[in-house]
Amino acid sequence: MKSAVIVFPGSNCDRDAYVAIRDVLGSEPEMAWHGDSSLEKKDLIIVPGGFSYGDYLRCGSMAANSPLMKEVIKQANEGTKIIGICNGFQILTETGLLPGTLMRNKGLKFICRQIHMRVENNTTSFTRKYADKQVIQVPVAHNEGNYVVEDDVLKSLQDNDQVAFRYCDESGTVNDDTNPNGATDNIAGVLNKNKNILALMPHPERALSKLFGSDDGRGVFESLMG
Amino acid sequence: MTEVTRENAKEHGLTDEEFDLMCQLVGRVPNLTELGIFSAMWNEHCSYKSSKRWLKTLPTTAPWVICGPGENAGVIDIEDGDAAIFKIESHNHPSYIEPYQGAATGVGGILRDVFTMGARPVALMNALRFGAPEHPKTRHFVNGVVSGIGGYGNCMGIPTVGGETEFHEAYNGNILVNAMCVGTAKTDKIFYATASGIGNPVVYVGAKTGRDGIHGSTMASAEFTEDAESKRPTVQVGDPFTEKLVMEACLELMKTDSVIGIQDMGAAGLTCSSMEMASKGQVGVELHLENLPTREPNMTPYEIMLSESQERMLMVLKPGREEEAHQIFKKWGLDFAVIGHLTDTGRLVVKMDGEIYADLKVQDIVDNSPEYDRPWKESPKKTEITPDTLKNTQDPIQSLKLMLDTANLSSRRWIWEQYDHMVMGDTIQYPGGDAGVVRVHDTKKALAITTDCSPRYCLSDPFEGGKQVVAEAWRNLVAVGAKPLAITNNLNFGNPEREEIMGQFVGCIKGITEACKTLDFPVISGNVSLYNETEGKAIMPTPVIGGVGLMRDSSKMMTMGFKDKNEFIYLVGGSEKDVPWLGSSLYLKDIEGIEDGAPPPVDLSLERKTGEFILSLNEKSLLSACHDVSAGGILIAIAEMAIKSKIGAQLYNLDVIPAWWFGENQARYIITTNDCASFEKLATSNNITTLKLGETCGQKIQIGDNLSVTLDEVDQIHGKWFDRYMSQAA
Repeated sequence: MKSAVIVFPGSNCDRDAYVAIRDVLGSEPEMAWHGDSSLEKKDLIIVPGGFSYGDYLRCGSMAANSPLMKEVIKQANEGTKIIGICNGFQILTETGLLPGTLMRNKGLKFICRQIHMRVENNTTSFTRKYADKQVIQVPVAHNEGNYVVEDDVLKSLQDNDQVAFRYCDESGTVNDDTNPNGATDNIAGVLNKNKNILALMPHPERALSKLFGSDDGRGVFESLMG
Repeated sequence: MTEVTRENAKEHGLTDEEFDLMCQLVGRVPNLTELGIFSAMWNEHCSYKSSKRWLKTLPTTAPWVICGPGENAGVIDIEDGDAAIFKIESHNHPSYIEPYQGAATGVGGILRDVFTMGARPVALMNALRFGAPEHPKTRHFVNGVVSGIGGYGNCMGIPTVGGETEFHEAYNGNILVNAMCVGTAKTDKIFYATASGIGNPVVYVGAKTGRDGIHGSTMASAEFTEDAESKRPTVQVGDPFTEKLVMEACLELMKTDSVIGIQDMGAAGLTCSSMEMASKGQVGVELHLENLPTREPNMTPYEIMLSESQERMLMVLKPGREEEAHQIFKKWGLDFAVIGHLTDTGRLVVKMDGEIYADLKVQDIVDNSPEYDRPWKESPKKTEITPDTLKNTQDPIQSLKLMLDTANLSSRRWIWEQYDHMVMGDTIQYPGGDAGVVRVHDTKKALAITTDCSPRYCLSDPFEGGKQVVAEAWRNLVAVGAKPLAITNNLNFGNPEREEIMGQFVGCIKGITEACKTLDFPVISGNVSLYNETEGKAIMPTPVIGGVGLMRDSSKMMTMGFKDKNEFIYLVGGSEKDVPWLGSSLYLKDIEGIEDGAPPPVDLSLERKTGEFILSLNEKSLLSACHDVSAGGILIAIAEMAIKSKIGAQLYNLDVIPAWWFGENQARYIITTNDCASFEKLATSNNITTLKLGETCGQKIQIGDNLSVTLDEVDQIHGKWFDRYMSQAA
């Protein structure tokens, strides 16, 4: 599988994404510098977490306009699989590849903890290794993870099975108490209409082995192997 | 240039004697820029003039120490050609004035110290002290400091894997913010702050220089008076994004062989960095300040030399390598400027637009900085507190509930959930355990890191307290299964010009020294923060220890949570017959309402023997959980283990008084095992005292048949104190 991890100034989960691809998919991704203007055609591109451009101005807004993102958008529209994690989610909404926006957490604090989320659509290239409604444990680490969409957009996300993951508790209950950041409809991860783009606030690349707290994140990468 | 006066010197914090010494060394009365340079180099923060005499007595060597104190950070060998590089540093004064920025730049500063040496930072830790919870400003400090630490570390992408926080009214007027950073590098790729090669270019990289932080280190070398807040302009403003770029650019440049020496610009900025590099390399430096990138127009040489703007580095490159280096910094969008060169004059010459603003002999300032043997008075010994003096007779479960519901024993989850403690993908033990543990990337090895301090003990008996802080750090590393290797220390004290404060300092140093020697646990870096006083009221003596240990096989890491039900709980290093040590204990404070008494003595040989026994059991995979017994004693330790695992404990009905469960006797651990026979046999053959306390089971902590509390209840008490406290309006 030909893959790339985009590196912006301020990315800091780029190495984690690299390790996930290397260790689970068994091939080395290209670490692609945001300032470059071309990128060889890939099967998978990860837009990693971190603080691109320091999150100054607005999370993800500057990175969304960096030269290489034009190429990422082009490949996304041609069917290349894209995963945006955390800051990568914020960047993808800023590019318009996904609807909605990420606001500050409802508690107005950065949250880093293990959370549970429920697999809402297990028919995609990113989730097919999971069972339907499977509850998985992965960590979150963000200050702006409160996913906000308008009602009509939410309805179309629901109607098109674009909600990939919802925040829940250990037993799969989805409600306000199990929502760490205030996200609309407890949405932790969304897909585009064509289901070749997944963006999520939790970090599956940090949940690859029980030694680090959980290995439930492997499913996302294993699903990509087909 | 106009000569300065004694009055000017006083305003810069120099005494009359220091003014005279300065004039004598220069051979004339210096000008303002030169005075600024002297004051920056000679203030307490940079010169260690009150502490140097005693710091020299600390043990700093061991076969695994590659570089001890004196560099940006200390370096130890962690086998296979890998090195761990670490240091702790305080940012107390700035954090009191502006909590968010003070704490943030404290983290920024310690990160620079570590990556300056060629290491990639892999973990951050901290040690915090706040005033009494009921003090009206405490919440404001907690909020600002915690978000400042998180704001900087999270953005840099370095996990904050642990720390410690306590509250006491002695810190009402002076909070403490100590930040520690650990990095890793290859042993043959370590960079030092030594300038060499006459004519070689001196290069400035990173952020632009502004007027922020001028006199920061001078401010940090004096007591606060009522107008502390008017000192806000001396606090620097942090930009973690820029520092992240500076770090990546420096590490990229260091992969080439073009760097000769490198030093970050921290306290006293360009002055301190150029002086230190020149002094270590025994060379001179000529600076041309018109080439230096500034953020504001019309900055004077005085301002430029004293600015403490953050995220800046100074380096000496091999000649002809400037363009190569420039390209790397350009890629990362950072300033890069050749601002001078090395000379054979041994002098620091500061020029701007052709005019000379300072011309000083480097060694005059560095070698002749004042060193004081300040008078000191030994702290009076406190009496022992014996159990027969206790008034309260309530059962231990009642006391447990009460003690867990306090500022100092409740869960710190509220704090550490605001720190990204998992970024970089190597954190294998999160905050809330005995030590944070990070795997050495792409290996089986791991580093365990802890910060510890018991100011209650140090106040009551600086010598025993000094021993204890080192022993506790050692014990915390052992408790996760790591071999303790070395420490960094951050010595936070009051005004050293007062004999009793100096006495506390000397006592603690002597205690630390003895413990380091017996435990083979040398000091490889550190920082001193004095003058933590407001209007004559000093903080408690707070010598924070940051300890680092190595685990060869991270799969053998131990954690404190119980692993399964029906396992056996043992006390290691103690017995039913032990008289609970109550002096300066939390039990005495929380249950009896007394803060007094001699602190627990530490038998260092026993400490070592017990710790080595624990490590040997872990090697044999005989232990399923392990936790050291510290503040609050045995029952608090067991409760923490139960809460962590959601597995209860049935404890036996022992022939002990209620206070036995809370004594703070040293060199003890709680462990669980499912192989009692092997465990007891090894304990006997190693001459280690142990006591079977009970079994893991159910959803309660129960003593005998009648005394119990549900796990839910203790979890609520322990887990919610902080949230509740922080959500209340001040």
